[in-house]
Amino acid sequence: MARIENEPVAPAEAVDLTAAVDAGAEVPPEILAQSLGEYLRGWWVRVRSGDSGVLPVIVGLVAVAVIFETTTPENAFLRPSNLVYLFQESTIYMVLAMAEIFILLLGEIDLSIGYVALFGGVVTWKLVQTPSPAWPWWAAIPVALFFCGVVGAVQGTLVSRLKIPSFVVTLGGLLLFRGIVVIILGGADGLFSISPSVPNQAVIYNLVQANLDPTVSWIVMAAAVVAVGGGLWMRAASRRRGGLVAPPRSVVALRIVLLAAVGIAVVAICDVNRGVAITIDGVPWVVPIVLGVLALWTLLLQRTRYGRYVYAIGGNPEAARRAGVKVAAIRTWAFVLSAVTAGFAGILLGSFFYGQYSTNLADGSQLVLYAVAASVIGGTSLFGGRGKTIHGVLGGLVIGGIVYGMALLGLQVEWELIVTGSVLVLAVLIDVLSRRGAGAGGGERV
Amino acid sequence: MTLAESAAAGAEPLLKLRGIDKHFGAVQALYGVDLDLPAGQVTGLCGDNGAGKSVLTRCIAGVHQPDHGQIYFEGRPVHIRGARDAAELGIETVYQDLALADNLDIVQNMFLGRERLRRQLLDEDSMERAAAETLSSLRVTTVRSIRQPVASLSGGQRQSVAVAKAVMWNSKVVLLDEPTAALGVVQTRMVLDLVRRLRDRGLAVMVISHNLNDIFEVADRIAVLHLGRMVAEGPASNFDRQSTVEYMTTGGSGRTAAATGGPG
Repeated sequence: MARIENEPVAPAEAVDLTAAVDAGAEVPPEILAQSLGEYLRGWWVRVRSGDSGVLPVIVGLVAVAVIFETTTPENAFLRPSNLVYLFQESTIYMVLAMAEIFILLLGEIDLSIGYVALFGGVVTWKLVQTPSPAWPWWAAIPVALFFCGVVGAVQGTLVSRLKIPSFVVTLGGLLLFRGIVVIILGGADGLFSISPSVPNQAVIYNLVQANLDPTVSWIVMAAAVVAVGGGLWMRAASRRRGGLVAPPRSVVALRIVLLAAVGIAVVAICDVNRGVAITIDGVPWVVPIVLGVLALWTLLLQRTRYGRYVYAIGGNPEAARRAGVKVAAIRTWAFVLSAVTAGFAGILLGSFFYGQYSTNLADGSQLVLYAVAASVIGGTSLFGGRGKTIHGVLGGLVIGGIVYGMALLGLQVEWELIVTGSVLVLAVLIDVLSRRGAGAGGGERV
Repeated sequence: MTLAESAAAGAEPLLKLRGIDKHFGAVQALYGVDLDLPAGQVTGLCGDNGAGKSVLTRCIAGVHQPDHGQIYFEGRPVHIRGARDAAELGIETVYQDLALADNLDIVQNMFLGRERLRRQLLDEDSMERAAAETLSSLRVTTVRSIRQPVASLSGGQRQSVAVAKAVMWNSKVVLLDEPTAALGVVQTRMVLDLVRRLRDRGLAVMVISHNLNDIFEVADRIAVLHLGRMVAEGPASNFDRQSTVEYMTTGGSGRTAAATGGPG
């Protein structure tokens, strides 16, 4: 096919990007910025117009830190030992939120992922029980995640092929898996535990509990910052070479510096000895693991066709269908990937609770609301098409901070529910308002 | 007659419809419709509500299959059994709703469903260059950045992006369904200019519109449907507003008999 690509490619400057601005068209100002100052001004204009990006979550994190630091006894919230515990706990919400984001991007919701997570965890625990079946961890985890994937495929098929609202399908799934988890555990008072002294079980136990050596922590962090920062820099440079619009060097540099600062802060906090009798220091395994999940899902959603179609379906399913996108298959796969991710969160959850899996380990329906809250606080829209995997990580940290802060305050569960519920509604309110702002402007111009 | 006109023009029309019948259950939507879409010309398709404009468009786009009749593309008979068949022939349709995803940017929309890959990953830079080139060749220069989300575009810009998306794929026939229906004066002018540029590129363009101002401004040929029958078809110079309105409303005209293929 003699497509455009076969013709000589005109330099991108041939499009006069500044000519005759159409009345009323708002361009995200930061796309056009040529300097750091312009970029920041553009960003601020965007925030004021309702497209706040990650700003609410940053404000939320600061607010959580300030409120709990000042109200907890002996100002304990920001102690390194507590912060590390907070990171460990938050990783569960982060992974669950990343699972939920797949579904939210489609404009659907999955209420079952809390219990699907527990299902994934409990299957893993069951498989590594000694003396039987005593599966090796490297077989148990994939098999458990595979079952989660099957669950996701069934729910996804019901939603995308049989057109049952996802709300209903996954509400049913929530109850169903709640029951199944109890059955696998062998009754309401069932308990599976794994021990760090059994080498095979220790791998799973250690996911959240064990730490990297402090020195290794620094090396891993430095490698990650160099890889990500280098990637950002090279990409901007390559776009600039190709004559395409790229963020100014100062903006890229600022991003890399911020990234490095966060990395250094996290490792510095984790490398403080937080043990009482023995030395406990270093970054928990789970931190690089969660960042790995983040990197994988970000790559999938931002850089592959599959990811592009997920966004397109969330934005306009009819447009996607007419463009030849297999809408039902993409949707079904999103439920599969979401369920697999959730199952992994369930494995982390058991590790976080020192290897004890029981029916009262966690409330799956509460977990799913935390996951939705984390996604939305992070900046993902409930209405589909807007959001990124990183939002799950940032939002998960806010939710983790709230949950853990209230635990430090000694507040009862009812207050945890009240506060988290309020935060969820507030986050959705921000989402709705920013959407309305964009919609009002857009609507007049259609 | 249309055939005579084509012969006079000395060229086989790029797309030729002959005797197209289409019914839905008991409702006959099209009765033996003939239509020519020559390359390098804009054909304006008019008709009142329910005249069969949309059904005819969908028959060409492959959404509906005619019950009887034949479609000829570049002189050979073709069966268009879906959007994919149409796209393979080089027939693209811009529907009134434009089918753009608001949350995606211009490049992403233009390449939706046909993304370029490099090592299994999206080749954004190459797509961005090609999109910029198509837009600049169509002189769609009012967008500030082709990386802005479509939600931030004006109505005329959205229409332009949808048209650019349609012509990007080596298309030969472009069907535009009510391209100016929701637009203001300036935006309408922008889109009509774009339609002329498509014609100048040698595409066969069909503009379906209620708006006779637009039709008379841009069309080289006019075709009028009335209750499923093609009541008049010919060069735009054979028509005036009065006669066109009469064709659209009553299916006949006492004034310009020369243009009509005659009902039935």
